[in-house]
Amino acid sequence: MANTYKLIEAKTLTTTTTDITFTSIPQTYTDLKLVYSARSNANTGSEGYDSVFYFNGAQSNRTSKVLRGDGSVTSSNTIDEAATFRLLRAIEPNDYTSSIFCNVEIYIPNYTSSNYKSFSVDSVLENNATATGLSFIAGQWSSTAAITSITVGAINGSLVAYSTFYLYGISNS
Amino acid sequence: MAAGSTYTPIATTTANGSVNSITFNSFSGYTDLVLIFLGKVSSGSGDLALRFNSDTGTNYSNTWLNSQSNGSSGRASSASSITLTESSYLDTVRDTLNIMNIMNYSNSNTYKTVLARSNKAPTGYAVEAKVGLWRSTSAITSITLFSTGSNPNFESGSTFTLYGILAA
Repeated sequence: MANTYKLIEAKTLTTTTTDITFTSIPQTYTDLKLVYSARSNANTGSEGYDSVFYFNGAQSNRTSKVLRGDGSVTSSNTIDEAATFRLLRAIEPNDYTSSIFCNVEIYIPNYTSSNYKSFSVDSVLENNATATGLSFIAGQWSSTAAITSITVGAINGSLVAYSTFYLYGISNS
Repeated sequence: MAAGSTYTPIATTTANGSVNSITFNSFSGYTDLVLIFLGKVSSGSGDLALRFNSDTGTNYSNTWLNSQSNGSSGRASSASSITLTESSYLDTVRDTLNIMNIMNYSNSNTYKTVLARSNKAPTGYAVEAKVGLWRSTSAITSITLFSTGSNPNFESGSTFTLYGILAA
């Protein structure tokens, strides 16, 4: 079976990097899935546990709703960002236990359509300590443009070495 | 997962605005199933619900966690279907995205479970996770997705795609 769940590109960081971008995404799939394991060099006091995530270089018209737990309480947040698009609790911060990298999966259906783009995020930040993170996120990019690039970074600070990013294309036929 | 070998597209349906249910009934030979819904309804509102093998008996239950009130949880038992949405219900304006994982669907010794993640944004945003149960040891041979409430039709362009996952 050809091209049903295909790795488009993999990126593994060897040095500290501000952000990564998948460019020239083929327009031949139905859906996209981005899976990453990453860590920031920013501490929790600098919101080191939040990542940025946007399409086509456009940092506007993004909204999201987050349901999260931190190991003791649950909370819910609505994020309407006029500037950098933030994913709450979607990157391992620098002051969490060393060598732990977050695990995040982002599903983007119908990414070439002329409708606004919905996406779904599941994220975990383990720590072997009191503070942890588990997030479910509903997002929308209010644009009719086909998605041709995806950028991921840290809201403050940079991505550290050994962070990995895998972009898959999924076809419905 | 070996890329391209175990995630097989089985069928996809795009609504034309005239139906309020979609049935998949040909998907043998896999271990698990993944069903992706993206869409809305053409009038009113309703929840997205699921039945297996056209069973309308009270053989379903579910438990959910969602983003209302800083996180809330609830359940339903002895229901006649699995309701896949709560606050991410179907409406005429915003797309609902629902990703369903149906594990071990042909096992004739166990009841069947489905894990679902449902989202809707913006305005009345909702994030939900749900587990559903069908109390039957029958192999699942058909899956019906439908709208509840006033049973509005799915908006033209809404998509339903079923994938098969084969254990390596």
